[in-house]
Amino acid sequence: MPRLIAPAIVCSVLANGEHGAVARLLTREAGLLAGYVRGGRSRRLKPVLIPGNLVQAEFRARTEEQLAQLTVELEHSRAPLLAEPLASAAIDWTTSLVAAALPEGQRYPELYDALGGVLDAVEAAPAARGWAQALVSFELLLLERIGFGLDLSRCAATDASGDLAYVSPNSGAAVSRAGAVGYEARLLALPAFLTEGGTGDWEAIFAGLALTGHFLARSPVAERRVDVMETRRRLVDRLKRVHATASL
Amino acid sequence: MASKEIETLTQALARLPGLGPRSARRAVLHLVKKRETVLVPLLAALESVSDSLVTCTNCGNVDTVNPCGICADPRRDDRALCVVEDVADLWALDRSRLFPGRYHVLGGRLSALEGVRPEDLTIDSLVARVAGGGVDEVVLAMNATLEGQTTAHFIAERLEEHPVRVTRLAHGLPVGGELDYLDEGTLAQALRARRPVS
Repeated sequence: MPRLIAPAIVCSVLANGEHGAVARLLTREAGLLAGYVRGGRSRRLKPVLIPGNLVQAEFRARTEEQLAQLTVELEHSRAPLLAEPLASAAIDWTTSLVAAALPEGQRYPELYDALGGVLDAVEAAPAARGWAQALVSFELLLLERIGFGLDLSRCAATDASGDLAYVSPNSGAAVSRAGAVGYEARLLALPAFLTEGGTGDWEAIFAGLALTGHFLARSPVAERRVDVMETRRRLVDRLKRVHATASL
Repeated sequence: MASKEIETLTQALARLPGLGPRSARRAVLHLVKKRETVLVPLLAALESVSDSLVTCTNCGNVDTVNPCGICADPRRDDRALCVVEDVADLWALDRSRLFPGRYHVLGGRLSALEGVRPEDLTIDSLVARVAGGGVDEVVLAMNATLEGQTTAHFIAERLEEHPVRVTRLAHGLPVGGELDYLDEGTLAQALRARRPVS
């Protein structure tokens, strides 16, 4: 990657030195890339380098191994969403997850599209009902891409492809209602929207979040020194509180 | 060629924010040339601060007395509490002399990627201060970054059960700012927070 100019989503920004910053951006063409932004902590660039923002990025490096010099130009700011507790928690979690989970320099075009889709949905509907389901699908896709995918195509016990209602917490394989008889309490619920599509209610969304949360907690994401799962716990708690308040 | 001691001093100064090796060398030369008028008073001031520097157990400010000058000031309004991320933010706000109340320094902001959790900050002692009574308003003066706002939302949730008014600083057009040079996010915040012209 001697030179790359591409649209990118800002995923993390760490201060480097007095004025600079090392930003990690997700691009469609080259996956997650890190670059040193000269003056990245300046008054001009701070509003640009906010996680969730869409930027036009230019990476320049002499060799593949060298940390690239990065220049950014704002394409679309999602900074106004930071004032909304739920929306900012969703942006914090999704961008932290990508920054912590993905290896650098590997192409994940579907994840770029999915992350952009979730962030767009958060922006379009800060009320959470509109984007929480997309968040579950995004987490499921990310798990699959980092090698922790669930097999939701057929039942692990009966080999049937219909009526899948559970997932084994150990193997990540789907289990049909008939195959789960007597073991329901030990299995994770599989919401229908993950296998059949359509829209799920809040119960299904929380079941989906519990499902992806279980496997994310077993993935290397949770084993890193930096505990991004704490951010997820805050988001899910906030979703539950909002749902509980709305149902009163 | 400078002696080892002078070189050590240069290296120590070069580690300070805003100074590099060249500017540190210039500072050392200045200190050496003006030994009586600059070096000796500076040394005395550094020794005095170093001997008495303490973190205020009440608010987290750094001062030479505990409780700090702000906490001990009887003219301050106990009913208003301003929460800031860092001591630098407290000093910046207090320089303006616009906030008459007390402060609380968190010691950072929540950050998943930097591994900063709620228990790493002084959020529990803030909640205890508010629970202790006498506070009517908590001003969340966090930075307008994702981490700053995440921290502000978290604190607002923790304070929900207490009968206090929780406010935050306004975001938008900076004084002297020109619209043409502002980013889309700042403009959106400014538009959202527009007020009628009286």
